[in-house]
Amino acid sequence: MGDVQVKKQPKKYDVVIVGSGAGGGMAAYTLANAGLEVCMIEAGPMYDPQKNITQLKNPWDSPRRGASTKFRPFGDFDACYWGWSIDGEPYTKKEGTQFDWWRARMLGGRTNHWGRISLRFGPKDFKRRSIDGLGEDWPIGYDDIKPYYDRVDKLIGVFGTNEGLENDPDGIFLPPPRPRLHELFLKKGATEAGVRVIPSRLSILTQKLNEDRGVCFFCGQCNRNCSMAKADFSSPNVLIYPALKTGKLTVLANSMAREVLTNNEGLATGVSYVNKEDMQEYQVEGRVVILAASACESARLLLNSTSTRHENGLANNSNVVGKYLHDSTGAALGGFIPTLFGRKRYNEDGVGGAHIYSPWWLDNRKLDFPRGYHIEYWGGMGQPSYGFNWGIEKMNGKYPVNGQQKEAGGYGASLKEDNRFFWGASVGMAGRGEAIPVESNYCEIDPSVVDKYGIPVLRFNFKWSENEIRQARHMKQTFKEIMHNMGAVITWGGDDDASNNYGLSKPGEIIHEAGTVRMGNDPKRSALNKYSQAHDCKNLFCVDGGQFVSQADKNITWTILALSMRASEYIIEEMKKQNL
Amino acid sequence: MDRRQSLKLIATGAIASGALVAGCATDDKKDKKADTPAADKREFTTDRSPEEAEFERALRAKGAFFSPHEMATITVLADIIIPRDNVSGSASEAGVPAFMDFIVQDMPQHQTPMRGGLRWMDTQSIKRFGKNFVECTPAERITLVDLIAYPEREHVKKDKKLAPGVAFFSLMRNLTVTGFYTSEIGVKDLGYAGNRPNQWNGVPADVLQQYNVSYTEKEIKECVQFTDNNG
Repeated sequence: MGDVQVKKQPKKYDVVIVGSGAGGGMAAYTLANAGLEVCMIEAGPMYDPQKNITQLKNPWDSPRRGASTKFRPFGDFDACYWGWSIDGEPYTKKEGTQFDWWRARMLGGRTNHWGRISLRFGPKDFKRRSIDGLGEDWPIGYDDIKPYYDRVDKLIGVFGTNEGLENDPDGIFLPPPRPRLHELFLKKGATEAGVRVIPSRLSILTQKLNEDRGVCFFCGQCNRNCSMAKADFSSPNVLIYPALKTGKLTVLANSMAREVLTNNEGLATGVSYVNKEDMQEYQVEGRVVILAASACESARLLLNSTSTRHENGLANNSNVVGKYLHDSTGAALGGFIPTLFGRKRYNEDGVGGAHIYSPWWLDNRKLDFPRGYHIEYWGGMGQPSYGFNWGIEKMNGKYPVNGQQKEAGGYGASLKEDNRFFWGASVGMAGRGEAIPVESNYCEIDPSVVDKYGIPVLRFNFKWSENEIRQARHMKQTFKEIMHNMGAVITWGGDDDASNNYGLSKPGEIIHEAGTVRMGNDPKRSALNKYSQAHDCKNLFCVDGGQFVSQADKNITWTILALSMRASEYIIEEMKKQNL
Repeated sequence: MDRRQSLKLIATGAIASGALVAGCATDDKKDKKADTPAADKREFTTDRSPEEAEFERALRAKGAFFSPHEMATITVLADIIIPRDNVSGSASEAGVPAFMDFIVQDMPQHQTPMRGGLRWMDTQSIKRFGKNFVECTPAERITLVDLIAYPEREHVKKDKKLAPGVAFFSLMRNLTVTGFYTSEIGVKDLGYAGNRPNQWNGVPADVLQQYNVSYTEKEIKECVQFTDNNG
């Protein structure tokens, strides 16, 4: 099932999709299963988790022992190709502003390595402007999307528990795994600090869901993609390869989209792209074009798709394309739990992520920042990798080893004892918060820079505001209290202050960028309508993070999947009615 | 992956059999090669993207960074830092010197501190004992190492000239520890019990008891449990 060679006069498809991550994968799956002829364009290679394997490798299988490279910023076993920078594909930033842009180049994109954190947005998350006067309300509410969340839960699988929380809706959950030892400590420390702790909600199969996929066998390596059991959600394992089995989906891999083509009526007719293997130009035609290239890449495509009917870029009469860019906020802190020194060994890999988490638990009306955050946790006896016990000279003089006070540093059999003693006691936590999307945070076409395919690149202009900085300060205060309550020692992230925005992550660093092709009821203030359909071009859709009006303090993948399913079914209905 | 575990997991339906074949094939190949000290220069058995594979091949084609003399010094130092003991083998037995030669090429920021630090060792050694570090007796080597191995000792704080040696030895210690505990010998020494198919039933009862923690009734009721029948 390799990539398909396109001729210069290819067949006309019902739908052309740009991108193969959560949004593109779900659209392809839904439309191909409905019998439509679908063509998917992907800029990276035809990655196949069943053949391209990093799962269950040992640290010594990597000569750099799992350390990161520019090709794999999250480490040598991580399943994502590329990251913050790609050779030959630059982006620029306006002076004095920051944005780091993560781009995957492979079939399935970032779904191959993501954290599998699968959170529904709650009723309040769609109506934030009505609540606090900031940002914008979505044109849809929770009731509009709930049926699709339910179906995504059933189709893909997610574990968790129904807690009856107002803004963290219940779902159709598989049973979660029991907490690990350090997670029981975290739960105690957090609960004492007034922070609610509940089982995580991760798209990992703890029970059999269907015949195509296995069950989690607890190697803790979801970021390597579950080649062995297909027990976690990735677009290739769960959506694209199954969609290919319908015979209705064609994937054009190694194909870099250049622009969306339009006709004299201003309607989309297809997509032009560069085949990276022969570097020739191609065009593929479709009745409908769906952008799912990631928030900023989809915005870039629209802004580069200028024509006499769309002088400002396609779907951009509102002039909002590229604007309202936002990422999750993040701040983290960690250390170790001294009572866990010298702990008994057993396999606690568990699933690839924390077994517990803390949804937002406070009322922002009583706080000095407007939006919430959730807390993610980690720690314990993970697989050793590059950096293991780095800086042990700062540990082994401070804490008695097996009852014996030693000197910092050292060597020999004594040092081996220290390494065994300290391992497995680490613990950490990070907040993931909601930022306010604002018009002044945007990406645009850099007028003077192109990538190696000659495609004009994006220039970013982004700054955090006091809202996000104050949120990070609150995160740090909370984390310190949790660490204190559980008897843990902070070794990093504890000294942040106003001089470094309290350790607030750099924009783009959390890799939840969204908002650049937002939906809305008013065509003057939004690019898409509530069905992810362009106001200015009815056969053009955008089903990735671009369409988000705001992104809550919830990781956005589950909502991308639900919205993409919804938009795809709308397309099927509109085609039946011959509106498309 | 252990074949018996694999078969067990296929039987319980946890694993897709196609991937298993591919996964085990590469594992088997690797096991045969892992004994040689040059193992760190072997071809990747893990997935590489096309651009990445090209980069890795170019990196390997570069040849050794350290001279034979530098490698001899690294080997002596690494085995002082991680010697064979009653639990496991030494750094050199775990292939740490070869790891060092690879890692300084992969992470060029380590090249000058390592090369310069090794030279510092020899210079100090010649001053004190009239010969290079590797030519010294074990006792002479330890005399020099003790000067720089304990960053918080009084003599280190007083004698600023030792600072480069202390910095070098800390880097050498960190690279040795990282290289050793990510090797097959080191991971076994550590007792890391994961990276294999299993079924998580929660923290073992004796460990819960040791730390005086327990699962709530809600957790016991809601969380997934595997019985011996399907495990």
